[in-house]
Amino acid sequence: MIVASPKSIPELKEIIQSHQKVLLVGCGTCVTVCLAGGEREVSIMAYALRMARKLASNPVRIEQITIERQCENEFIKDLTAAVDRNEAVVSFACGAGVQALAERFPNKPVYAGLNTQFLGILEEQAVWTEKCMACGDCLLHKFGGICPVTRCAKRMLNGPCGGSQEDHCEVDPDRPCAWQLIYKRLGAIGQLDRMEDIVPPKDWRNAWHAGARKVVRKEHRT
Amino acid sequence: MIQPAQTTGPGAAGEGHDWQPQIIAFCCNFCAYAAADLAGSKRMQYPPNVRIVHTPCTGKIEMEHILDAFEKGADGVLVAGCLEGGCHFLEGNLRAKKRIEHVREILDQVGIGANRLRMVNLSAAEAPTFVRRVQEIVQTVRELGPNPIKNIPAQQEQDEL
Ligand code: SF4
Ligand code: SF4
Repeated sequence: MIVASPKSIPELKEIIQSHQKVLLVGCGTCVTVCLAGGEREVSIMAYALRMARKLASNPVRIEQITIERQCENEFIKDLTAAVDRNEAVVSFACGAGVQALAERFPNKPVYAGLNTQFLGILEEQAVWTEKCMACGDCLLHKFGGICPVTRCAKRMLNGPCGGSQEDHCEVDPDRPCAWQLIYKRLGAIGQLDRMEDIVPPKDWRNAWHAGARKVVRKEHRT
Repeated sequence: MIQPAQTTGPGAAGEGHDWQPQIIAFCCNFCAYAAADLAGSKRMQYPPNVRIVHTPCTGKIEMEHILDAFEKGADGVLVAGCLEGGCHFLEGNLRAKKRIEHVREILDQVGIGANRLRMVNLSAAEAPTFVRRVQEIVQTVRELGPNPIKNIPAQQEQDEL
């Protein structure tokens, strides 16, 4: 899922300072699960912004709505009336959701309420870790299902770098060495011989370097 | 960081010698509320300006409940739960503790100030402790002065909506 974290109250206060009626929109999918932009987080931020603005003698009226997904027009259209009633929108979705709202409501300022972080998973309660950088050409089959592109600090496709200590990465001792994990995992699934393979330089053409990408599936187009 | 409104502290508007802070005390059913009840039965004196909200467990108190109290003008909020390790629901009070910490950070960022919110832990038998904790927060909040939210002039209140 997409993992995000909330912007600070002072930053959001500054972002909306020129507006008197603001709609906060939560998203019920990824950012609800990562406790950043769901109904509850939006409600807490509404209290905080209202009070902070009142104390600054610049009161703001805040309306809040949480929709199932902000990255789909099907759900976004439910916001139309509320967006009309407000001067600006703060979207508590990932960056894709924020932009989807901005596209759908071209005459309304739409601001991001979160900092979108990465594609990852819940590691333990309230701890999320990055697992994939969406490189567009997945190589997980070569590495026992552990992504060195994302999880090795040096992005080495032919690791390890030799610097790991006690299973931990030399760049950050809090992080496991991706290549140690790959080695163990390949052993566990009987594919240790893959360690002998030289992985050629990665084809980055499908990655993000040339601007925003697009996926078209002809077989599903009408 | 937003500076706390200047209208707090000694000499602030609305704070005379007879000013009594409004304190909301969220008390868990199994310990703090029982202690408050016992204090009442024993006719122990404690400041009358404390409104007790009876909750099943401090773990049931949402952060919004506390923020709502401050937005509506409470001068201080006390969250009173069981002793650590003694929660009827095992860890409700430990969860509450983390939430209270978070709300305190929010209050600081907002400009209300973290010191207006406090969590205390006590057992059902500790009526004197309950009374003392209430007196302490009343004293702290009296020194801080009224919740600055209340000092926004009426004109702006009208402009708000
Ligand atoms: S190889 Fe690319 S697509 Fe596959 S997990 Fe790693 S970053 Fe994601
Ligand atoms: S220690 Fe492991 S994870 Fe860290 S840079 Fe070296 S190979 Fe990559």
